[in-house]
Amino acid sequence: MKGGASRIDVLSRIAAAVVGGYALSAATAVCLALLLPIARSEAVLTGTMVSFIVYVCVAIWVFAASSAGRAWIGLVLCAGMLGGVALVFHLGGAP
Amino acid sequence: MAWLHTWSGLVVGWLLFAVFLTGAVSFYRQEITQWMRPELRQPTPPPDAASIALNRLHGIGADARRWLIDLPDERDPVAHLYVWRDPGKTPAFQREELDTASGEPVAARSTYGGDFLFYFHFDLNMPSIWGRLIVGAAAIVMLVAIVSGVITHRRIFKDFFTFRPGKAAQRSWLDAHNLLAVMALPFHLMITYTGLITLMFLYMPWGRDIAYQGDRQAFLSEAALSTTIPEAANVPAPLAPIGPMLAEAARRWDGAAVGRIDVYRPGDANALIEFTVSDAEQLAFHRRKITFDGTTGEAVATTDDTHWAAETQGVLYGLHIGRFADPVVRFLYFLSSMAGTAMIATGLLLWEIKRRPKEAEHEKARFGQRLVQTLNLGTIVGLPIGIAAFFWANRLLPPDLAGRADLEAIGFFSAWLLAMFHPMLRPIGRAWVEQLVFAALLYGTLPLVNAATTGRHLGTTLANGDWVLAGFDLTVLGVGLLLAWMARLVGRKSPSSAQSPVPEHAASAREALEQQR
Repeated sequence: MKGGASRIDVLSRIAAAVVGGYALSAATAVCLALLLPIARSEAVLTGTMVSFIVYVCVAIWVFAASSAGRAWIGLVLCAGMLGGVALVFHLGGAP
Repeated sequence: MAWLHTWSGLVVGWLLFAVFLTGAVSFYRQEITQWMRPELRQPTPPPDAASIALNRLHGIGADARRWLIDLPDERDPVAHLYVWRDPGKTPAFQREELDTASGEPVAARSTYGGDFLFYFHFDLNMPSIWGRLIVGAAAIVMLVAIVSGVITHRRIFKDFFTFRPGKAAQRSWLDAHNLLAVMALPFHLMITYTGLITLMFLYMPWGRDIAYQGDRQAFLSEAALSTTIPEAANVPAPLAPIGPMLAEAARRWDGAAVGRIDVYRPGDANALIEFTVSDAEQLAFHRRKITFDGTTGEAVATTDDTHWAAETQGVLYGLHIGRFADPVVRFLYFLSSMAGTAMIATGLLLWEIKRRPKEAEHEKARFGQRLVQTLNLGTIVGLPIGIAAFFWANRLLPPDLAGRADLEAIGFFSAWLLAMFHPMLRPIGRAWVEQLVFAALLYGTLPLVNAATTGRHLGTTLANGDWVLAGFDLTVLGVGLLLAWMARLVGRKSPSSAQSPVPEHAASAREALEQQR
């Protein structure tokens, strides 16, 4: 990251970590809350507690990825997948 | 990864320093409140404190929807009463502190006490939720800084045994930073993560809101986190005597003390009385409860143990606030938090020192350097000066002055603000010495101010075994000595007084840092 990092690259990564990281952790929280086969309140609590760990991992991964573009692609894929699953479950008659 | 650690640490470093320091102090929140209300003798709460409190509530809140009593205990000698009324009745909410020894409202100087620093710790005394959001954002960056810090330090084990005081400045600051960080690393990880957990639904409401379609009360009831207030029957019925219920709770809890009493629909046939075990008795914040029928006194429900995720959250929450801790564990909490505070301070100083030689070459880079120097001093020494001013104001403002609680808070912020401006006017090295000496004086002489304004000073407290007030005075005295020692250290290291707290050995130190990457 030393030297080669352009200003745009760094800004893009920060945006990815802040916005993308939050979106991905929120999607994780929602997915676990809807999908875990345990009591609804328990699933909500589990998903929410896990989401913060997801955020930290995502933020670090975003800065470790070989390029900002790659980080964004990974983020969008993961968040899209989780969001899609959550949406299907939510619309398809959530408990 | 090293630059992620460096820059994420700098951006939130000052805020985190303030959050860590006020958090560390908050482990003694009740004791600070006791010191700040010296009129209030520590009475041994009478055994029938609960019924005295209920009598008082019958007097002030007979038409309430809910009463809540936090009973006095060893650390907090007063009972806290809260009253909520149904919409349409006024006041909607009412609170009172009750001296259960006399049965009268607490008569002491008005002060926010330890609560002021406690609330600053997580909402920065900002209106609304902005402070909480800012602190939460800083906490998540702190977690990122901790984890990336671990990744940065491949030699983490070796660093634990490495301290080279008096060597190249940058190197000893780096060693100190590493040592403090590694020593208390598990604690830092725990306290930062659990801190986020305490307000997790403010930061991450989406799982709850989507799974429950926005019905928060349904979530709280299902998770056994709160009791639904029963509908009023509108048939008056007196509350059953509390004594037998307390005996029943003691029997079921093997003698563990009741800490909180909730009364829902007092005076109504549908009344419920709920006991919560004292928070000194168990680790988890969601504590054991027993619910009684308010008119018959029969136990109707107890918390079960099938909610393991709620229990996990309760334990994480409980770990953060440490109310379960006995005096030794409480002191360890305090020490670890102070190590965290020092780790942040050394990290900030390291950033400043590391850049000094390079930036000096560019005239236009000076502004950033100077800004960091100012914020470093204005926070690392300025905040302790603000806290000392808060304590001084408590003793110097007349006890019956109107609005004195807010004036104490204003004292805190003005002293801190002045400490922020001071480094802009003075050479930075001299500013460090001046602020450290000033802070040392403020803390070191606080026991004298206490002696001059109250009868509960070291001369009497030590002899009477008044350990809370004696402990406070001795602690601030110790802090004063520590600050004086630091002032001497900084003064000796920079006789020219034109530089930061430490001299520079740029070449060798920069090498050490390069190795570190």
